[in-house]
Amino acid sequence: MRIERLLLVLAMVASLAFAVAACGDDDEEGNGGGAAAGEDASSEELSGEIRIDGSSTVFPFAEAAAELFNEEYPDVRMTVGQSGTGGGFEKFCAGETDISDASRPIDEEEEVPICEENGIEFDQVSVANDGIAVVTNKELAIECMTTDQLKALWEPNSNVKSYSDIDPSFPDTPVSLFGPGTDSGTFDFFTEVINGEGGASREDYEASEDDNQLVTGVSGTEGALGYFGFSYYEQNADKLGLVQVDGGDGCVTPSTEAIQDGSYTPLGRPIFMYPSASGLEKPEVQAFMEFVVTQNQAIAEAAQIVPLTDEQATESKSTVDALAGGS
Amino acid sequence: MTGAQIAAAARRQTTVIPRRRRGEAASAWGFAGLMYGAVGLAFLGLAAIIWDFAGDGASVLSWDFVTSFPSRVIPENAGIESAVVGTIYLMLICAALVVPIGVMTAVYLEEYADGTRWYNRVIEVNIQNLAGVPSVVYGILGLAFIVRGPLSMGPVLLAGGITLALLVLPVVVIVAREAIRAVPPSIREASLALGATQWQTIWKQVLPGSVAGIATGVILALSRAIGETAPLLVVGAGVSLRFNPDGLDSSFTALPIQIFAWTQDPNQEFVARAAGAICVLMIILLLMNSVAIWLRNRYEQKW
Amino acid sequence: MAEPRLAAASGAQGGRVDLTRTPTRRSRFEAGVRAALMAAAAVSVLTTLLIVGSLVFETIDFLGEVPIGDYLFGTKWTPQFAGDQQSFGVLPLIWGTVYLSLIALVVAIPLGLLSAIYLSEYAPSRVRKVVKPVLEVLAGVPTIVFGYFALTFFSPEVLNGVFGLGVGVFNGLGAGLIMGLLVLPTIASVAEDAMSAVPASLREGAFGLGASKLQVSLRIVFPAALSGIVAALILGASRAIGETVLVLVAGGQTPNLGLDPTESFQTMAAFIAAQARGDIPAGSIEYLTIFAVGFTLFVLTLLLNLVSIRLVRKYRQVYE
Repeated sequence: MRIERLLLVLAMVASLAFAVAACGDDDEEGNGGGAAAGEDASSEELSGEIRIDGSSTVFPFAEAAAELFNEEYPDVRMTVGQSGTGGGFEKFCAGETDISDASRPIDEEEEVPICEENGIEFDQVSVANDGIAVVTNKELAIECMTTDQLKALWEPNSNVKSYSDIDPSFPDTPVSLFGPGTDSGTFDFFTEVINGEGGASREDYEASEDDNQLVTGVSGTEGALGYFGFSYYEQNADKLGLVQVDGGDGCVTPSTEAIQDGSYTPLGRPIFMYPSASGLEKPEVQAFMEFVVTQNQAIAEAAQIVPLTDEQATESKSTVDALAGGS
Repeated sequence: MTGAQIAAAARRQTTVIPRRRRGEAASAWGFAGLMYGAVGLAFLGLAAIIWDFAGDGASVLSWDFVTSFPSRVIPENAGIESAVVGTIYLMLICAALVVPIGVMTAVYLEEYADGTRWYNRVIEVNIQNLAGVPSVVYGILGLAFIVRGPLSMGPVLLAGGITLALLVLPVVVIVAREAIRAVPPSIREASLALGATQWQTIWKQVLPGSVAGIATGVILALSRAIGETAPLLVVGAGVSLRFNPDGLDSSFTALPIQIFAWTQDPNQEFVARAAGAICVLMIILLLMNSVAIWLRNRYEQKW
Repeated sequence: MAEPRLAAASGAQGGRVDLTRTPTRRSRFEAGVRAALMAAAAVSVLTTLLIVGSLVFETIDFLGEVPIGDYLFGTKWTPQFAGDQQSFGVLPLIWGTVYLSLIALVVAIPLGLLSAIYLSEYAPSRVRKVVKPVLEVLAGVPTIVFGYFALTFFSPEVLNGVFGLGVGVFNGLGAGLIMGLLVLPTIASVAEDAMSAVPASLREGAFGLGASKLQVSLRIVFPAALSGIVAALILGASRAIGETVLVLVAGGQTPNLGLDPTESFQTMAAFIAAQARGDIPAGSIEYLTIFAVGFTLFVLTLLLNLVSIRLVRKYRQVYE
């Protein structure tokens, strides 16, 4: 009998110890309510629930938006999910979510009919921009690649075994490729834009579900080259080499500005939120979409995502305003 | 040494023991070495894993960590309160469902079912098969029939709890069956001979005698359930909730989901916090298990 | 207790024999209990039916577009690639599942059973009371931890660093071995329970006959606990086959029909999980693969279980 009592006590002591041990060194401010809340008194009225789900690329943006929105309207319950663009649309068209995050437009052939079948009407609103970074192992010295060179490297049945096969000025190192799994929107986008068709790619590369693992792979393998979302590069810039991409107008280094103003082509794309008509009937959802567009810069900065260009912002704003009118 | 050999030796009036001991000692030592080596290796491996995440996690743990909601704006303030509450609720629902149904199924199969009847064979094969179905498939089941379909609950806490219960039910049944089977037939026969009915025998003799084994089954089941991510995601659990789930019909999230999302986040700050969340998960598991272990040690039977 | 009308007396007198029993409250209660228990057991059957129901329709849709021969016997699994490259042969996924599970079981079964024997027969009671719960807590470590352990420590530091095996970042060997560690507590705990439950009289009888501790453990206790040990093995194997997240993190996402464990592999369960969270359009053929592969996995584990049940029944006869 003594042993399990001992275990129980140990467990409780352990939890208490953990609680006490590392506490105190982070600032108390900022969580749950934070600094000065919304200035208008009327902002306290909104309540209800908003369900958002979809792309994991858009997720940081949606999460930041939810958090900042909650600072003004603390009574609105926000649930943000990460089921993937496809999974998100599936739930969206079943009426289970109010807003769907997407890293690509809704598929006309497959997904729109499902929504129509279930009587779900929706609108497309651009909310941010995303870019794909081409990265290398730190030791591999490749400064810039044209889209043709990228194509030669990544196209189906590519015979490139060493980087010098693409261009004699590149190092004569055997290629070791890393990329997102085939179910990923990043894969679809990259292959479409570089190889001409979504899904067309050479097959002998290391694929992973998690872009963080690709970072581990590329930084730890000699002669490695890979591609993934730009924010993953930004967070790990000290471990990786970055390749400039020449989309026809010279070598461009990916950066927030370059992606935003479109000079980093073709590896930049807008990402979306799709509010449903039934969702928009709720005032909190309407307010949220307006918030997303008007506070776009702040949200994107907090999420470390590339914000909308002024042009995109104007367009999105008018879409959202139109939504407010009709219903 | 078989009985026949001993009998033969007795007949020959020779002692067999010395000859046996020579070869015996060597193999006994060999086996002991193998055994201790195995246990040592197992523990080394598991200790290394714990060390790996405990180190990263400890630096992140604090009371604030457990009582804040996830944050994107200030990663240092990101906490796991909604996830912890969700996980605890899910475990309670899961246990409440899986213990009665699992034990009842095990009792039926061991005590009542005629093993030669086809429908009982079907049930047996079913249980065993279900133990090997990947958890994602249970998520698909939950989505199709509990969240939508006939029950149409929506992606709520109860739906998640039921899905998890169905997932770990086979574990409880299989282990509980073994526990019930281990009760010697003599106990049952004595009870029946004294005039008890079948149910009285089970309720008063067999079940109390198998509590320890059943507790093991429940521990293993809940241990499995607490770490499950994929089925909950398919069923519609959120990833980032800024409120605590407050009822069976509320949206929810769970610790493993939060962990999974954080490890995949580009921001390394979140990856570090994932380790902390894992530590908290382990502590909850430890507390849960302590209760079950206490039960087991208290009611353990040596036949 | 039911009170049967005694028939013998009337029979002896040449009257009609009435063997009906009077239902009493107790017998009705017993019948009710039996019905309730049966209903509980039926839950498992219901679960299976629901699983099949949720998978089979989409599988049929899928097979409407991909000939079943191509699916079952094709050796290339590239559903997301475009045009000519797209191939729906599921063999690489099946092989990945089998191969990694085998590697896991090669680790988990010997280590698990030896640990169980140690805990049940050799360890002092104090040690057992501490070690066994610790093992069970380890069974609850989220599988993602095991996955990251394999990816960030075991493969680079142990497999490459200590043994110099030259494995890739994502590889089958690391994933398989660590999966063995994952499954080990399950096997050890359930097997240990089974062995502890063997009545002391059996052991004592054997000791009385002059057997050594080794002989008692291996020749008496082990066979007597066989049904529980087999249950442990089956639970362990099932866990390995269905394991998703560990493989997702550490095994890579490349379907592979080869034998080289230093390369990356993909299992059926990992594929389903990745696909379900991906960006593919809902309703497309690529999406339907989730259901087709899920159904295939279900059928495969069913066949495996049928075989193992038959085997167990055979061996059980020998020892009981």
